[in-house]
Amino acid sequence: MHFQKEVKLLKRLMIGNQAIARGAYEAGVTVATAYPGTPSTEIVDNFSKYADVYAEWSPNEKVALEVGFGASLGGARTLVAMKHVGVNVAADPLYTLSYTGVNGGLVLVSADDPGMHSSQNEQDNRGYGKFAKLLVIEPSDSQEALDFTREAFNLSEQFDTPVMLRVTTRLCHSQSLVQEGEKPERALKEYKKNEAKYVMLPGFARLRHIEVEKRMNSLREYVENSPLNRIEWGDRTKGIITSGVSYQYVREIMPEVSVLKLGTVNPLPENLIREFAAQVERLYVIEELEPVIEDQLKAWGIEVTGKSILPRTGEYSPELLEEVLLNVNPPAGYQLEESIPGRPPLLCPGCPHRGVFHVLKRKRLTVTGDIGCYTLGALKPLGAMDSTLCMGASIGTALGMEKARGSEMARKTVAVIGDSTFVHSGITPLIDAVYNQGNTTVMILDNGTTAMTGHQDHPATGKTIKKSETNRLDLEALVKAIGISRVRKVDPLKIGDLEKALNEELAYEGPSVILAVRPCALIDKSVKTPMFIDEDKCKSCKICIKLGCTGVYWVEEEKKARINPDLCQGCGLCAEVCKFDAVVEGGAR
Amino acid sequence: MADKTTNILIVGVGGQGTLLASRVLAQAAVDRGYDVKVSEIHGMAQRGGSVVSQVRYGTRVFSPIIKKGDADVIMAFEKLEAARYLSYLRLGGLMVINTDKIDPLPVMSGEVDYPERLEEKIAGVVPKTVTLDATGIAEKCGTSKAANIVLVGLVGRTLNMPLDSLAEAIRSLVPEKAIETNIKALNEGWNYMDKISINIGME
Repeated sequence: MHFQKEVKLLKRLMIGNQAIARGAYEAGVTVATAYPGTPSTEIVDNFSKYADVYAEWSPNEKVALEVGFGASLGGARTLVAMKHVGVNVAADPLYTLSYTGVNGGLVLVSADDPGMHSSQNEQDNRGYGKFAKLLVIEPSDSQEALDFTREAFNLSEQFDTPVMLRVTTRLCHSQSLVQEGEKPERALKEYKKNEAKYVMLPGFARLRHIEVEKRMNSLREYVENSPLNRIEWGDRTKGIITSGVSYQYVREIMPEVSVLKLGTVNPLPENLIREFAAQVERLYVIEELEPVIEDQLKAWGIEVTGKSILPRTGEYSPELLEEVLLNVNPPAGYQLEESIPGRPPLLCPGCPHRGVFHVLKRKRLTVTGDIGCYTLGALKPLGAMDSTLCMGASIGTALGMEKARGSEMARKTVAVIGDSTFVHSGITPLIDAVYNQGNTTVMILDNGTTAMTGHQDHPATGKTIKKSETNRLDLEALVKAIGISRVRKVDPLKIGDLEKALNEELAYEGPSVILAVRPCALIDKSVKTPMFIDEDKCKSCKICIKLGCTGVYWVEEEKKARINPDLCQGCGLCAEVCKFDAVVEGGAR
Repeated sequence: MADKTTNILIVGVGGQGTLLASRVLAQAAVDRGYDVKVSEIHGMAQRGGSVVSQVRYGTRVFSPIIKKGDADVIMAFEKLEAARYLSYLRLGGLMVINTDKIDPLPVMSGEVDYPERLEEKIAGVVPKTVTLDATGIAEKCGTSKAANIVLVGLVGRTLNMPLDSLAEAIRSLVPEKAIETNIKALNEGWNYMDKISINIGME
């Protein structure tokens, strides 16, 4: 018993992302690249803390994968991590990387977001496995995240393929116990020039495609006996095929059923599945989002129930499966007869974006938006955003609206994009606006960080992933070099300056850029005094309330606005908008 | 060691420190030899939104998330959030409410009112309800930010977690300079149980 206790103590709680980083480290990975994106961010962030490894925040996911390809070619085991939509950005190199194969093992982590906790769509990236012809593996808890990641590098080298480790938010951000292993010494693989394998000219690529199909056949054989798949026999009236975190939900509510737990989700082990299917009375596939496994089973002529009873949308949960599979309704529990107001996320007190959206709303402009904290500017009471599609889309969207509706449209349209997002994929559409003679007005909301994902550095912050000083991308010089002659900087909390800049740049014929520069309120370390509302001067107009700041609130009984000194960051925006000078500096905290 | 899994739902507003509270409780459970799973929320919801983290421990835990009507304890950092997640509490479960009131956007902007006397209404339906001014207690310990640890102290005691395990977990999880204040907050929360007249101990 005493011994058991000691063994237990060696296990540590880790979120899935931390376990993936550990698995990569134990596999001897020496290069890791990523662009931050929820729920993937903590993977390379954690990996960068190991000694003697190289890790970087890449400008975007395409670059991350290309650097990863180079590192693999150079003989290093390489980890590349991104959120599901990031794989779309990296899809171009990914599809051909499948043809070249690898030198040092290469694992691409795709962190999907069923339920869209922090994403613009909930695409199922297992589909990439089928189309790009990759081995796709899927762990179901933190221990498996570590073990599968480590094994993925062996498989990548054994089958000469990039491996996709597909995870979901619920795995990335759930902690469970992990037994760490040793990190063996591992030498770089030798680099040998091999143009027939790595130069994808049509003549070479035709031959490589044949190799890819051979590799898929080898992988089909491998998955039949892979230790990543297992059958847990139990009651055979129901048989369930599942993978990832859904496996945990199944085990939670149906400890007695037979389960085929798949660790390899592409290719699928046909014989193993047929063997399992033949021995159970009724077969179910339980998979979040798309019927990837189910469709393949049906194509093989195996009778199975899945999406006919379970949703294709959103995240699964034990209670959902209980309701659908066991006809158990959630217990009534305690209820209140009270309607509970919603609590949507919102911009932080002191956030520099708030000034921008206040002005954009007041001027009733059409605003094409982008991906970041500032997307929250779309929500009430600011509500100043017309579109948000994907990283970098704001500028192209504004140009497109102008081309559809004429240059008059450009005079009342602004594209807003964050600094990190601009570097990610805003540069090329800005070149388009110059090249194709748009009159687009672009506001780069430069808060000096990648805020939404937890304040990662990027090329324009001048700091690396390890927070060491590096060359800083000068956004103003970059924009000028593209051919934007009108570039100006404003403080987004100075409403008058902002409005003047907008008026002039919207009127200007030609593309222009306004850099709205102020550090994110969460990283700005300067100490500021909270504001204070002089109740005698407050005329109850509520303009400060309409800023949607938690630092200001309305007292209905007195018909006055008040400042909450614990939350107020002293940014002074409410004082800027107050027409009666009722908001003053110097509230006591 | 009980066979049944213990489920703790921790709810609050982004920025209130729900993540640290869940990590301390989880670490203390690990130290006692339990299997543990914790589900956290990162990303957009953290920006002042409604956040929930979930701690489950027992002999063997599968799902990282708690079913409706299955939480043994709800630790609410804010009153409205207590009400929002009420249906997750099992019958006979314990509801701990910090009396903080943080207006959500629809209230701030005057669209709807913040429901009145929420803690009383909850106590009216949930027999095991404890309300306390954890923020005020934490402030006396040195910082209002340690309200999360006050709640951990109280809830940890009702779940029979050793005070030492909780203190050890705090030492391993908070920065050096914040340890003393947090240990004070932990003790205050722990001792708060002596002031409670109803029996809230967990079997």
